[in-house]
Amino acid sequence: MSEAREYLILHFNLNGRSVETQYEAQETLAEVLRDRFNLNGTKISCEVEVCGACTVLVDGLPVSACTHLAYEVRDRNVLTIEGMAKPDGTLHPIQQAFIDEFAFQCGFCTPGMILATKALLDENPRPEEADIIHYMDGNICRCTGYVSIVRAIQRAATQVQKEERG
Amino acid sequence: MSAEKGREFHVVNHSVPRRDGRAKVTGQAVYVSDVKLMGMAYAKVLRSPYAHARILSINAGRAASRPGVIAVVTGNDLEGLNPYFGHAVKDHPLVAIDKVRYIGEPVAAVVAEDERTAYEALEFIEVQYEELKAVLNPQEALAQGAPLLHERKFEAGALRGFEGKVTAGRGTNLCQEAHIGWGDVEAAFAKAAAVVEAEYYFPMVYAYAMEPYVAIAEVNENGVTIYSSAQHPFMVRHDITTIFGLPVSQIRLIVPFVGGGYGSKSYTKIEPLVSACAWKAKRPVKLRLSVEEAMLTTRSDDALTWMRTAVDANGKIIARQAKIYMNTGAYAENSPLVCEKSTNRCVGPYAIPNIKIDNYSVYTNTVPASSYRGFGCAQVTMAGESQIDELAAKIGKDPYELRLANVAQGGQEFFPKMRPFDGNLKEDLDLAAKSVRWKDPLPKGHGRSVGCSVSDAGAYPLTSTVVRVHADGSVSIMMGSTELGQGSHTVIPQIVAEELGVPFESVRVVASDTAITPYDRSTGASRTTTLMGRAVLEASREAIDQMVRMAADVLKVKEKEIEVTRGGVQCGEARLTWSEVLTRYYGLPGGEVIGRAYIRKSGDFAQLPVFWEAASTAVEISVDEDTGRIRMERLGTAGDVGLAINPALAEGQDIGAATMGMGVGLFEELIYDGPQLMNGSLLEYRVPRFSDLPREVHLNLVQNRDGVGPYGAKGGGEASLNAMAANVANALYGATGVRIRSAPLTPEKVWRALKEARGEKKKS
Repeated sequence: MSEAREYLILHFNLNGRSVETQYEAQETLAEVLRDRFNLNGTKISCEVEVCGACTVLVDGLPVSACTHLAYEVRDRNVLTIEGMAKPDGTLHPIQQAFIDEFAFQCGFCTPGMILATKALLDENPRPEEADIIHYMDGNICRCTGYVSIVRAIQRAATQVQKEERG
Repeated sequence: MSAEKGREFHVVNHSVPRRDGRAKVTGQAVYVSDVKLMGMAYAKVLRSPYAHARILSINAGRAASRPGVIAVVTGNDLEGLNPYFGHAVKDHPLVAIDKVRYIGEPVAAVVAEDERTAYEALEFIEVQYEELKAVLNPQEALAQGAPLLHERKFEAGALRGFEGKVTAGRGTNLCQEAHIGWGDVEAAFAKAAAVVEAEYYFPMVYAYAMEPYVAIAEVNENGVTIYSSAQHPFMVRHDITTIFGLPVSQIRLIVPFVGGGYGSKSYTKIEPLVSACAWKAKRPVKLRLSVEEAMLTTRSDDALTWMRTAVDANGKIIARQAKIYMNTGAYAENSPLVCEKSTNRCVGPYAIPNIKIDNYSVYTNTVPASSYRGFGCAQVTMAGESQIDELAAKIGKDPYELRLANVAQGGQEFFPKMRPFDGNLKEDLDLAAKSVRWKDPLPKGHGRSVGCSVSDAGAYPLTSTVVRVHADGSVSIMMGSTELGQGSHTVIPQIVAEELGVPFESVRVVASDTAITPYDRSTGASRTTTLMGRAVLEASREAIDQMVRMAADVLKVKEKEIEVTRGGVQCGEARLTWSEVLTRYYGLPGGEVIGRAYIRKSGDFAQLPVFWEAASTAVEISVDEDTGRIRMERLGTAGDVGLAINPALAEGQDIGAATMGMGVGLFEELIYDGPQLMNGSLLEYRVPRFSDLPREVHLNLVQNRDGVGPYGAKGGGEASLNAMAANVANALYGATGVRIRSAPLTPEKVWRALKEARGEKKKS
């Protein structure tokens, strides 16, 4: 608690809700999400934008929340893992596909992995395996060897398309 | 358990979805980093800038008086505590006392209202050092006149995990030595038809559990409560009891979900320091390390192995001799056991009549080494499985055939006095080899390898559990094992659901809280499915026995007239579910039955190892001769698991381990330049990524129900790592004719080796 801390007000849209919080200028988005909103699904691992565990979507695009200053998200839309399921608890097809394909073990990379997948499928709803590998290369998983994650993304892509066709 | 081989399974041997699935895909799964306690303060650590130095003075006054700082803990503040810990050798001070032994060693910790304040205060701690000469590898450390890292004598820890003596603390830098031998090695080499002999190197590697070490401690009149990312809460509890001089009943370790372990979170890490912080600050304190700090906390032993292996004229392996130097860093941690294990693991998977292995684990002024997935097996399998291919090349035999002709057979006592081999390596090798199309012609620039390993796994068999059947028929399992991602929260309830004949959904676990869950030695060495699995199976059966007696009482018949059916009992026309038995017995829709089990070193578990962990892996690689880059084309695994309680989870363990091993084979290595770790961040330490995925992967399970675990199960999840570095080296030899004997086979190393080999050819 250094003396005379200066607090700013941050206003943004978090998982579809308009929110406001006090924060300090040096706080990262991950710190604001975890410490000020108690949204602990955003995981912190490498802290150098290498592992992808802290991936969240800002206006639909993936960013590393561990190094992204919270200041950068003022008046923007932030989607975290807590905003993926429907309000009634129904899982997003990507989440369900990760369960169905056993696409995680310890689960520490999973929130970031799922959000990166969402960004991928939003941009490219029918990715080839090579597209998946290229897009997801910034997300590390130390448990699964990636095989099951690729399968989960393929399953999710099929499912998302089905749902969109109605 | 062989009497039940005909049994049909309802829950077990099915890939039921993970119990932790929903929590983990919604971000609700709680790890220690997510836990906050009321009034919690935060600690940050000041680390040594010297590899070896005497601490002349520490002045923490300026740091302690900063606003928001609650306490500073240094080696001068530990009066009242027993500050040295270590389950094998009590050589490790919870914070540096009098001297530092590696760059990055904790010298002080600041406790403050928030992490940033604690971090900012670190630079106000003034430490004066007198630098000492450092030793950085076993050769330097064992040289005449080498400076000693540890001057004290040590107590050997009772929980060190092996029966032999501890070498540390005898006035040298030797931490542990291990020697095994049988037959007459010299005579066998003298009459051999062919011998290969060389030195091999397995690098220092970082397990990179994505959740770095984190713990929260609270110390008050009730004792010490710690939330930790530890794999072995009961082992940590033991160290904390000795530090505080408190009885077991006053130490509580709680382990929520663990964000990856791979051995790196086994045994005690930061828990002593965070408890000392909480003790001094009189507040709950959280200490969360960064990945950079985790890299300064634990690594794998690197190992230099000289090995020679001999065959007779019929291609039978007749002798193997090895001398291993393991670089164990500044503190013993689990390296004495790693040393013992790697010594044993030089032998398998082959039945060799003449053996002599000498292994030396040596203190150096580097980051402490400890367990890494497979306990020393990967280190020596780099040598062993390279050498089999070298022998095959020398005698003009297919390396796959050479392995088939020499692997230990099921039931064979290939390692004197140990449990006879309980797997089927021929089947493992066959499946792995087929996965990479062993017999098919290869394109130019491609190479293949198939390797295998067996490990004396399962650690020491000491596990207990409680299975509680409630009056509504639902079940709670009290289980000491932790959930690291390996699936213990799924596999263990599957076994209980199978035994009690109740739906999987109705069986829940209460896990890894030492105040509540019965003693379980550890969650490592692939032991949980086998030992905790067997414990919950026996506890379920004990609960059933009790409910049969209750049913007899309720139905006013003799016990032997009661027949156990799926989910209840039957007696003539009368059928009762467990819920009906309990409700009628107690006269209320309440109450429960408590089934218990204690597993110890007796009966099926009298002979060690608990099981032999066996697997085979095979690869096909391509190599770009212009850049030296190796690409994994095909990967096959065959896990010899006895019975897969959950096949999808067992396969997941194998591919995960094989991928980690591939990382060591291709690029993973912690690099020291002098005393300084040069690539101590994830920016510079390269781990496998999506783009390293082999183009084709085949996962096989071998299920002969030959283990001592439930329904014949054995453990898995380590063995698929062991042969991978050798596989890469062997396949490179196949592709190019160039043999590299040190991992990782980075593009630069491969390019240089190829250039040298091709250059020499041109000259000649």
